[in-house]
Amino acid sequence: MEALVASAVGVMTAAGIFLILRRRTFPVILGLSLITYAVNVFLFATGRLALNAPPVLNKYADVPYTDPLPQALVLTAIVISFGMTAVIVMIALSAYLSSKDDHIDMTAQDCVDNAGEDA
Amino acid sequence: MNHWIVAPIVLPAVLAPFIVMVLRYHLDLQRIFSVAGVIGLLGIALTITAQASGGDIQVYELGDWPAPFGIVLVLDRMSAMMVLLTALLALPIVLYAIASGWDNRGKHFHALFHFQLMGVCGAFLTGDAFNLFVFFEVLLIASYGLMTHGGGSVRLKAGVQYVTYNLLGSTLFLFALGTIYAVTGTLNMADIAVRVAELPAEDTALLRVGAVLLLLVFCIKAAVLPLHFWLPASYANAPLPVAALFAIMTKIGAYSILRVYTLAFGPEVAATEGLIGEWLQPAALLTLAVGVVGILGAQHIARMVAFCAIASMGTLLIAISLFTPQAAAAALYYIFHSTLATALMFLVADMVMERRGGSIAPKSPMPQSGLISALFFVGAVALAGMPPLSGFIGKLLVLDAARDAADARAIWAVVLIGSFITIVGLARAGSLIFWKSQSAEYAPEGDSEDVPTPEPLPGLAFTAIFGAVLGLVLLTLFAGPALEYTRKTAEQLFAPEHYIAAVLGEEG
Repeated sequence: MEALVASAVGVMTAAGIFLILRRRTFPVILGLSLITYAVNVFLFATGRLALNAPPVLNKYADVPYTDPLPQALVLTAIVISFGMTAVIVMIALSAYLSSKDDHIDMTAQDCVDNAGEDA
Repeated sequence: MNHWIVAPIVLPAVLAPFIVMVLRYHLDLQRIFSVAGVIGLLGIALTITAQASGGDIQVYELGDWPAPFGIVLVLDRMSAMMVLLTALLALPIVLYAIASGWDNRGKHFHALFHFQLMGVCGAFLTGDAFNLFVFFEVLLIASYGLMTHGGGSVRLKAGVQYVTYNLLGSTLFLFALGTIYAVTGTLNMADIAVRVAELPAEDTALLRVGAVLLLLVFCIKAAVLPLHFWLPASYANAPLPVAALFAIMTKIGAYSILRVYTLAFGPEVAATEGLIGEWLQPAALLTLAVGVVGILGAQHIARMVAFCAIASMGTLLIAISLFTPQAAAAALYYIFHSTLATALMFLVADMVMERRGGSIAPKSPMPQSGLISALFFVGAVALAGMPPLSGFIGKLLVLDAARDAADARAIWAVVLIGSFITIVGLARAGSLIFWKSQSAEYAPEGDSEDVPTPEPLPGLAFTAIFGAVLGLVLLTLFAGPALEYTRKTAEQLFAPEHYIAAVLGEEG
């Protein structure tokens, strides 16, 4: 169980980092998504892995329970990473549509020059 | 409970959606409400600073949940001072954005501006590590919108890089928080400090990993050397009034380092000893060195100012990495100065770019050149740390604090040579931009017809910039009281037991 979760986090992070180092925006965004999945699983595991245990204390019986806080953290992290991925997809899309080029790197000449832009 | 503490977060959080939803099509009303909101924020900031300057640490329990279980906001001298700095910075920037018409070049400038202020104030006030992450995200989401405000293919491309880098930073932040939570079982900063101190020395390996990851995250925000790559392209290609506001964002990284590492991960803790002194200090020295080389090598005024921001972060982090109360007091004074000076320089750079383009090369003369070059001169004096402005006092304090440090010679050499190269770089840029254009032998190659003469800026834009200058002058004139405040702030920072007692309520 622990090995499975740990290797899932590791493999997803490794694949995500590999994809982030690509030069086009689409693989980079996929890589970012993979890394956020990895961190979500990782956060989930920070409260220790417990099987078949509810995230509530039971004051009548001594039954196992799981830590509820990481679940709340994961929920926040999922929402934020979901929103962020949507934002970066939109910005990448408009960058692609306005420059007809989806490379993520910039050349030295790429610098906004307002006077030239307005002309 | 003192409800003023939550006001710097609530005011922009209410105002921003109001601007989006109600005032969507009324630019004039948006401007009025936005300026009123910033002035209101300034009033709140002054009030809470007055309250915090007494020296008590006040705690605001959100939802009235007691400390380690609920999220708390903590008002101490440092957070009050940073909120005040945010409000002081926001006022000239919003006035300049209105006067120069930047807020009309895209949608929702004012709403995003206030969301950004909400995130910044929240990051300064929160006493909970995960809540710090959430406020970082709030200010980052707003900054993505502001960064790409106005559009244009180059700006959008730079925006993609900026968002990617910061998303990675956020993921790293989550990994760090997860690791720290797994070891300590808490996310409240004061509670983390208690648990870390109690942790047996042989169990600290994982905690050290978490602390290093956290330091990396803050270094990304603060643009410390190996992690600074996002800054020049993002700041140079953002709308420059927005870049001026971003001057506070790098300072959030510095603030977080000071806050978390004085509170929980100090050098006396076994898990993190040597982290600040042995790792952060060389990185800070390199940051300053690379920053000044960038100033000298920049061919574009916006990039040059971006490298000025990196260099000032280097000086600031040198002071922080000394990790003594005296150095922290110097660092806090320098934060105030460098934020205002960097913002001033970005606004001046925007005026230059609007008139003649940003390249640092001779071009045909621009209108209103005299006043703008005078402002550039003031900004350059402030950024390079020459007398009579506050940069000189700030650098002097940093050097003085470094006198007893182990590698004082290296620090003095880097700071002094760095200041010299900054002066050379800024003088070179200033003379190429403002003086060479007047020389008679230079003939414009037909580009004077291409560039339409921009409208002369209304007085409001100059009022805004002179407001920033006034801030620097006041910071110089009242350096005594300001230093007294930062000295007491540093004392408060280096006595974390009061903070912990206030948050966890063990006093009463």
